[in-house]
Amino acid sequence: MSENKMTTSVAGSNSHDQLEPESGEVAEGSEGVFDLAARTGGTSEGLAPADATTEVQRMIEEGGVLRLPEENDLDPRQSEVRFGEGETMIINLGPQHPSTHGVLRIMLELEGETVLRSKPIIGYLHTGMEKTAEELTYVQGSTNVTRMDYLSPISNELVFCLAVERLLDVETPPRAVWIRMLMAELNRICSHVTWAATNGMDLASTTMMIFGFRERDLVLSFFEKTTGLRMNTNYIRPGGVAADLPDGWEDDVEVMMDTIESRLDDYDELLTGQPIFRERTEGVGILRPELALALSATGPLLRASGIAYDLRRAEPYLAYDEVDFDVIVGSVGDTFDRYAVRMNEIRESIRIVRQVLERMPRGDYRVQDAKVTPPPRGRIDESMEALIHHFKLYTSGFEPPEGEVYVAVESPRGELGCYLVSDGSNKPYRMHMRAPSFVNLQSVPALLRGGLMADAIAVLSSVDPVLGEVDR
Amino acid sequence: MIPETSLAERGLEIALITDAPLTFSRRQAVIHPSRATYLETVAKFKRADYVTCSDLCAVDYLSAKDARQLPDGVAPERFEIVVSLLCLEKTRRIRLRVQVPESDLSIATLFRLYPGTENMEREVFDLFGITFVGHPDMTRILMPPDWEGHPLRKDYGVGRVPVQFREAPGPR
Repeated sequence: MSENKMTTSVAGSNSHDQLEPESGEVAEGSEGVFDLAARTGGTSEGLAPADATTEVQRMIEEGGVLRLPEENDLDPRQSEVRFGEGETMIINLGPQHPSTHGVLRIMLELEGETVLRSKPIIGYLHTGMEKTAEELTYVQGSTNVTRMDYLSPISNELVFCLAVERLLDVETPPRAVWIRMLMAELNRICSHVTWAATNGMDLASTTMMIFGFRERDLVLSFFEKTTGLRMNTNYIRPGGVAADLPDGWEDDVEVMMDTIESRLDDYDELLTGQPIFRERTEGVGILRPELALALSATGPLLRASGIAYDLRRAEPYLAYDEVDFDVIVGSVGDTFDRYAVRMNEIRESIRIVRQVLERMPRGDYRVQDAKVTPPPRGRIDESMEALIHHFKLYTSGFEPPEGEVYVAVESPRGELGCYLVSDGSNKPYRMHMRAPSFVNLQSVPALLRGGLMADAIAVLSSVDPVLGEVDR
Repeated sequence: MIPETSLAERGLEIALITDAPLTFSRRQAVIHPSRATYLETVAKFKRADYVTCSDLCAVDYLSAKDARQLPDGVAPERFEIVVSLLCLEKTRRIRLRVQVPESDLSIATLFRLYPGTENMEREVFDLFGITFVGHPDMTRILMPPDWEGHPLRKDYGVGRVPVQFREAPGPR
């Protein structure tokens, strides 16, 4: 091991020398004039032919050299994956392929069955939601963000509303905080079982797919009962939540938790202990912890590599510091660990939901601050002022003071951040979402490298990208 | 979000790492290095255990030049690169805001320090047109490769922007 380290560090400095001149050249030539066609044409669409790329360029593309921290740089000559020894072939995986979870396209260079290089190509679902957000008021904003990650709408709304509240300096009442926590955890369960379902389908377990969607439907039915919608709920609003929980929600949630918990045991029987499943996932697509950190990976992807970083624990928001739960970490960082982390996170979420059930405080479900909260429906019929207030709030909204803020929450896929800039008007001057799927997707070339084509499907699925969020 | 420490204490902590001007925005620490010292400042934070770059984005302050408070000695420019670094060990976040003038839209890449900024820098290039010098693959990522314009700039129209289809046949 130590011997190996020594040689790689020496080799690493070599590869740097080759790339160094680049920086000098561009600095001279940058005059602010953009020849767009020349600068952007060609390469982003895919991989150049193998013989037209240099060895170093190849390593950049398939993630071997530069994606590693400096001290871990690999020498192209030392790589276990050999180039140019046999016939290679460049193929497209997606964008229309059931295992790409949407419209992800991956270009792969194969030698026989082995993946040499890969490059994710995204943007097929880009609808400019960050631009749209600049045209919507803060009140309307949560309708927009909820459509980004369509498997965890609650997390999206939550992070946006936390950012707005931080700009406004508004504190939400305890009941709103706990309702938000309940919904966020239910959403995490919902998202993870959906992942288990699609992952099962990718590995040819159609039973798992039906099971996963069955459990997801339990949660979605509760969402429908509470928020009126199954997906894109727009339930969490700046200042609180849209409506109080329905009567008898405790029974619904309790039954739901008991059902899902018992069905997790079915999953174990179906997948966890099953030799074919283990054979396909164990030791496949290993992500080392230092590489995961360097690639800014978060969420189950990072935790499966053994780094216990969970925003709910590290930077507690809502009331996560008042509930008991464990942060699940893996030990190897392979596809099986990512599966196990998610399955156990469902159990931890169930634990949190049960604590919320016991401790749900009474009181307001939204802040009683006339600036951000509309008047109750009943008041509108009897009071002219309430009607005007309601009208003003929904037409022009409120105006947070100037400033900028970055707020992050733990979504089912990782760190979901919202950078919000206010210029003192009623619309965000800039809203940027740090989408975990978008960032985690960078790990894919590193994970696929040197693996088999058949494993590529399993590995890709274990990263759990949601393309709505990748492209925004 | 971040465990409450007094701002003065946090200021001292950061002063040990860098002498770039420091401000607090809603109790979050923000430093304002110049474009020339940007890479060096980030490298200092990396050495101080800020192991991950969690976010990198840009803001176009074209129509809100005065809407931001900058410390003395930092001249406002049209564009700003905003970088969030994260220290896992002590759970600290630091935000860097770097001014990028319209006349020279380029800045050093963080790719060598934090390879995870690759996609984020490509996104900024795509949507704002700011080049990251030394980035291995400075191409469009979300928009089609031959798209004209940078959509998130403030002078880029909203609504009714005709969709540019490549190799699409003309209207019949």
